[in-house]
Amino acid sequence: MTSHYDPVEVTPLHADELARTVDDALAAVAAAKDLDDLKQVRLAHAGDRSPIALANREIGALPPAARAEAGKRIGAARKAINEALAARHDELERERDERVLVEERVDVTLPWDVRPRGARHPLTTLAERIGDAFVAMGYEIAEGPELEGEWFNFDALNIAPDHPARSEHDTFFVGSADSGRVLRTQTSPVQIRALLDRSLPVYVVSPGKVFRTDELDATHTPVFHQVEGLAVDEGLTMAHLKGTLDRFAEVMFGEGISTRFRPNYFPFTEPSAEMDLRCFVCRGASASPGAPPCRTCKSEGWIEWGGCGMVNPRVLIACGVDPSRYSGFAFGMGIERTLMFRHNVEDMRDMVEGDVRFTLPFGMEV
Amino acid sequence: MKVPLSWVREYVDLPAAAAHEVAERLTAAGLKLESIESFGYDITNVVVGRVLTVEELSEFKKPIRYCSVEVGEAEPRWVICGATNFVPGDVVPVALPGATLPGGFAVGSRKTYGRISDGMICSARELGIGEDHSGILILPADTPIGADVVELLGLRDDVLELEVTPDRGYALSVRGVARELATSYGVPWRDPADVEIPATAEESYPASIADPTGCDRFVLRRVDGFDPKRPTPMWMQVRLTRAGVRPVSLAVDVTNYVMIELGQPLHAFDWSRLSGPITVRRARTGEKLETIDHVVRVLDEGDILITDESGPISLAATMGGVDTEISDVSTELVIEAAHFSATAVARMSRRHGLVSEASRRFERGVDRELPPIASWRAVRLLAELGDAVVVPGVTDVSASAPPTVITMPADHPDRVAGVAYGRETVVRRLADVGCAVSGEDVLTVTPPTWRPDLTDPNDLAEEVIRLEGYDRIPSVLPHAPAGAGLTEPQRLRRRIGRALAGAGYSEVLAYPFVGERDLDALQLPADDPRRVAVRLLNPLSEDEPFLRTSLLPGLLKTLVRNVGRGFHDVALFETGLVYRPRPGAPERAPILSVDRGPTPEEVASVDAALPDQPFRVAVVLCGEAERSGWWGSGRQVSWSDAVEAARIVAREAGVELEVRADEHAPWHPGRCAALYRGDVLVGHAGELHPRVVEAYGLPPRTCAMELEPERLGARAEGVAQAPRVSPYPVAIQDVALVVPAETPVAAVAAALAEGAGELLESVRLFDVYTGEQVGEGNKSLAYTVRFRALDRTLTAEEITAARDGAIARAAELTGARLRGA
Repeated sequence: MTSHYDPVEVTPLHADELARTVDDALAAVAAAKDLDDLKQVRLAHAGDRSPIALANREIGALPPAARAEAGKRIGAARKAINEALAARHDELERERDERVLVEERVDVTLPWDVRPRGARHPLTTLAERIGDAFVAMGYEIAEGPELEGEWFNFDALNIAPDHPARSEHDTFFVGSADSGRVLRTQTSPVQIRALLDRSLPVYVVSPGKVFRTDELDATHTPVFHQVEGLAVDEGLTMAHLKGTLDRFAEVMFGEGISTRFRPNYFPFTEPSAEMDLRCFVCRGASASPGAPPCRTCKSEGWIEWGGCGMVNPRVLIACGVDPSRYSGFAFGMGIERTLMFRHNVEDMRDMVEGDVRFTLPFGMEV
Repeated sequence: MKVPLSWVREYVDLPAAAAHEVAERLTAAGLKLESIESFGYDITNVVVGRVLTVEELSEFKKPIRYCSVEVGEAEPRWVICGATNFVPGDVVPVALPGATLPGGFAVGSRKTYGRISDGMICSARELGIGEDHSGILILPADTPIGADVVELLGLRDDVLELEVTPDRGYALSVRGVARELATSYGVPWRDPADVEIPATAEESYPASIADPTGCDRFVLRRVDGFDPKRPTPMWMQVRLTRAGVRPVSLAVDVTNYVMIELGQPLHAFDWSRLSGPITVRRARTGEKLETIDHVVRVLDEGDILITDESGPISLAATMGGVDTEISDVSTELVIEAAHFSATAVARMSRRHGLVSEASRRFERGVDRELPPIASWRAVRLLAELGDAVVVPGVTDVSASAPPTVITMPADHPDRVAGVAYGRETVVRRLADVGCAVSGEDVLTVTPPTWRPDLTDPNDLAEEVIRLEGYDRIPSVLPHAPAGAGLTEPQRLRRRIGRALAGAGYSEVLAYPFVGERDLDALQLPADDPRRVAVRLLNPLSEDEPFLRTSLLPGLLKTLVRNVGRGFHDVALFETGLVYRPRPGAPERAPILSVDRGPTPEEVASVDAALPDQPFRVAVVLCGEAERSGWWGSGRQVSWSDAVEAARIVAREAGVELEVRADEHAPWHPGRCAALYRGDVLVGHAGELHPRVVEAYGLPPRTCAMELEPERLGARAEGVAQAPRVSPYPVAIQDVALVVPAETPVAAVAAALAEGAGELLESVRLFDVYTGEQVGEGNKSLAYTVRFRALDRTLTAEEITAARDGAIARAAELTGARLRGA
């Protein structure tokens, strides 16, 4: 070991030299103006190439007897420098927190509307929500053309050419009156396509656009949206229809909200029913004498929601389904109407005109 | 159908229930209440009086009378009256001081026209009977003086307006409503059609049916000596008015009254104006008839006519002819009661635009057994009220009509409803609606003649279920088989909507109707396939008779509307179908049979006539894409926002779009991008042509995009593949290339990427420079190219080689040279 002995190289370990190194370091620490300065000071006076680090490296060159003592002195010097660095760091950090960050304060209430907002149309998102409620029950979403064969829109649905229901539909005809093509007046033709395209049992729901020759006003629009449901299986009854719609009502409007049936007539269902929804705002309370009025149900306790019934066996026959083995139920409701009472929309035109003031508040989902 | 409840109570002993309770019963039975109108409850203290003296006061601008009226008190009352249609001796309604009239109008003793008026003589309207306010209501001379007018005329009543569905024609009558209420309350009733008619073999007027498919029963009865001057009794006028029918004359009122009571439409001919035997037949080509509204109607071969030797005299079930119409001198009347084909009447009604009380009933089905009964009831009323003599004999021609017989398992209603009613209940309920029922496990059911709607077992099931109450049906959730959830196209549509909304676009749902003007405004060339549009036969507006072939017209009009309402930075999107006729497609879709399922070929034959209806997405935007504000100035929308909207859509589909320059209406020829997935054109994006902007009145520099998501196809790998994330350092190289100015940037980047090889991580263009330093007609493209290997730190040699490879490929494919080289 002594063969490498070189007394010149150990100068840094001299007590005077070491003291000067420490003094230089402490002075530099004290002179550091901010945290960035201090970082440089730390590199220069405590880093790998700092005098104290170089001195430390020289310990190995000392005779073994001197090493312990030199090590001790270097350790003390290092401690002094590091403590000074830590103390100054704390000091500068405190100073920064007290002064600089305060100086950098901004008004965080300033608006930031660089990018305009967007939104989906509530009729679209309501239709999706309705679809999801049925998908959760095992249904699939079925679709069909909007410009549809008259046979699908009427005949197959047991609406014969001179049936009074046909003239009530105010149909848009395509081309000529006998072209056999119409803008669908209801989403029910999708039922027919579902029965023709799918294997039994069929459980589908079909939201979509429909068309009637009504002029636009506060309560009518020539283009509107319906959602239709169809289940065809062995052993389905009106009780299953009621159970399905009750569940749907709960999913859409909350626990305990149920439905009520009243006899009605639709050519494609027999028996047929009008379906009322228990008012989800007053829960029926406003219908009692003396109770506060309810604007959602007009104090009737129930809201007319849609039509339903057991699929007319004639419809099954027209789709090639054996009515002695299969039965089914179907239901349908207007999406505009649902949006109107669910979200207090007062004028149909608001849903049609595409004014961004109407659409934006609905965001991504309703 | 408006039904005065007092009329119904004449035939059924209803409990003393409030009108709304009765209405609830009817609603539960399928006759839905539209409204209840109550009459006469607010009328008090109106009595019958006789005018004793009339003093004409001439000092006022209009004629005013001061009358003394005997009202059953010790002294007559003196009242002022402005009407002049009465003479001393007339019997009139008098509101005494303290009386109230409809609407809460209080009558007092007051000074007017310089006299004390001690009450008021009333018109029909003032009593809430009708609209007649032309004079005082004159009552029959034998009306008891001093009697209460409300009691006497039956003014206190509730009128239920019911919505009658197309299957329940029988409910368009007091008879039908009374039957439903009797069943609902479980109380007896008296059928107004259950009358004794004297048998006779004589004919009343010669008639025959030539076409039994249009009319299968035709009944005529006759009266003589009818006094056309006799007024319709007040009670009948009140009932008709309340039922929504305006009183006209006794003869007309009687036919209407019987129609409302029984449901059988009637028609009255003036016997003296008939010539020769009547024949019921279909119209012949070219025949005409002037109907009582003085319109000369050209008849169609499908029309059912009542004819005599002179030709057509009446359009069956819709409107009579003017030549045989009864008048105020007709004394000999022929009353027609017939049973016409529901479909034939529906067609006639639609063809001639004639909807009448009669046509509504025939379309929904009338009881085939009613004609002899209703005509008998009518002639009896004409005799009773109009001094007529019923001419003995009846003409009753009919074609045979076999009754409908339905066989049905006795438990069919149970299986439809999911309720165990049991055979006994089923049979009882079917009997309630008038069916004849026999059989045990399988029932043989003959519906009554007034229920032509009952043809199938499910019709009978509905009768049982509704009469037992829809509220008895339990709520049972069926177990649908597990579904597959949304399809990929359905999920993609939702993602597109969310992504565009997230990027600042608001969704609209515009009408799909467009006009020639839109196609011109879009600057579409004459041979553009988007000019081939589906035309509606009956558009709402003749200006917009076509269905859209592009989503843009609707979006642009909505954009203009928003701008017009004060919004300058607007970004809109729409998703939906467009309608593109297929060249050479058939003009007509066949109407298939309904007694069996169609074959796949038959379905295809319908679909072949339908246009293509692809799903599209489109955006339009104007104003600032990034707004100016306290942070500095913003950025106007540009063609690149529209292209980015397309990329947003493509990203949701998991695919990359290739963009090529194009010239395509309605876009600016120098700022139009054709969007490709591989070789498939999926749509266009860019800035709109200035002429399109002008035609629609859009803000300058409006941009748009439209594409067809289905053409994007699926991502090549099927599902997204996870990348390997390298832990080794990146090597970043900046490369500036000079290319001719017209070189598309996309080609340069593609060449760089191709030449860089597998070490390439990304290529990003960060600057485009033109100017002297790169020479006239050139541009400099500055790229940051990043290299990285999966398994090692790249050496300087590897990096240089990859970079040089990239530059070499760009030079080879696009003529690019390294800037400064």
